[in-house]
Amino acid sequence: MSQKISVRIDGQLCTAEAGQTIYQVAQAAGRHIPALCHMEGLSSAGSCRLCLVQVEGLGRLLPACTTPARDGMAVTTQSETLAHNRRMALELLFSERNHICAVCVSNGHCELQALACELGVTSVRFPYNYPRLPVDASHPRFVLDHNRCVLCTRCVRVCDEIEGAHVWDIAGRGIASMLVCELDRPWGEAESCTGCGKCVQVCPTGALVEKGRAVEEMTKRRGPVLHLAERKEARP
Amino acid sequence: MSATTSPGTPPRVRLATMWLDGCSGCHMSLLDIDEALVAVAPRIEMVYGPLVDAQEFPENVDVTLIEGAVSNHDDLEHVRTARARSRLLVALGDCAVTSNVPSMRNRWPVKNLLETIYVAGTDTGRLVPTEGVPPLLKKSVPLHDIVKIDLHVPGCPPAAPVILFTLTALLDGHMPDFTDPCVVSKVRFG
Repeated sequence: MSQKISVRIDGQLCTAEAGQTIYQVAQAAGRHIPALCHMEGLSSAGSCRLCLVQVEGLGRLLPACTTPARDGMAVTTQSETLAHNRRMALELLFSERNHICAVCVSNGHCELQALACELGVTSVRFPYNYPRLPVDASHPRFVLDHNRCVLCTRCVRVCDEIEGAHVWDIAGRGIASMLVCELDRPWGEAESCTGCGKCVQVCPTGALVEKGRAVEEMTKRRGPVLHLAERKEARP
Repeated sequence: MSATTSPGTPPRVRLATMWLDGCSGCHMSLLDIDEALVAVAPRIEMVYGPLVDAQEFPENVDVTLIEGAVSNHDDLEHVRTARARSRLLVALGDCAVTSNVPSMRNRWPVKNLLETIYVAGTDTGRLVPTEGVPPLLKKSVPLHDIVKIDLHVPGCPPAAPVILFTLTALLDGHMPDFTDPCVVSKVRFG
């Protein structure tokens, strides 16, 4: 039997199991923490910095999705400082690439866009980067548009952990990071891709989409991936 | 629209609108507040914009709503005039807020862009037009890159209820809060 620990989330005393992340404990306690790269059923990456929380006694903010809860920890999930930092993280994501929602197939069904409304982002204070990025439409059924990629790595993780193919990876560093297919070849030439489309369904934006969709038409189905993740978890 | 007010009623808010590099969709959405226009009209005096006749941007404007991105030298001059003569400057819609669709040309140098469209892209024109059109800026940018903006109203276009929510708040003398439960589901960013 796993060890029980006590954690305070926004003043509320919660009982958790050792090894659970702050995000999991907060979620079980009914506290909503905004998140983008995190997805239930997949491992955590901590790359988007939207789930940052304050831990009492620590001078820096920590991502809730990758930080294990410890006995006696006191966590704040909502504050002015956090709202400020989360908004800034979101604005930096918008400024980094070319997210032109008005002409995006995922407009209205995009997690990045929804978070902007939720967190009250109405403009981006940083200068836009306007990078020149390619669109890979070589796959017969899917498209990878780097202009809309936020490097959350959900696709990398779902392909590796659920499908078991590991087609995707991140190449480069920092702002030059790019999602790559196999060892950086066109998606249509990938030998390991099974064409299952899990990466498309978990992508939070319009970076990975089905072909033949017009503006606002791309809705994603997370159900099958969540179901498979549960089955995997339950396996003895 | 008359500017006269009967004694005891508050003075009308001097409202201007401006159309820069946008599709006019935001102005259409403003008109889409439909019957609410009847309630708004007596509280405002429309002093400038594509919906009225005024040729010059007047002095002492209370609120100016600007649609569109800043893409050429005329836009630059207009947005600076609006800033200098308005108490409150509102970026209306995604082109004004993020530069949106006009920014899609920012990845190419202006010269290449114009030659691709007006020379390589046609078999009749063969020339990049220079007369009667203002020169393009290197990049199409959001308003706040050029002047201080007091309020951003996102959306492509902002939904009519969001525009009405904004106008009502401003006419009542406060800033709108777009995370308010009565509009949050109608606000779209990006």
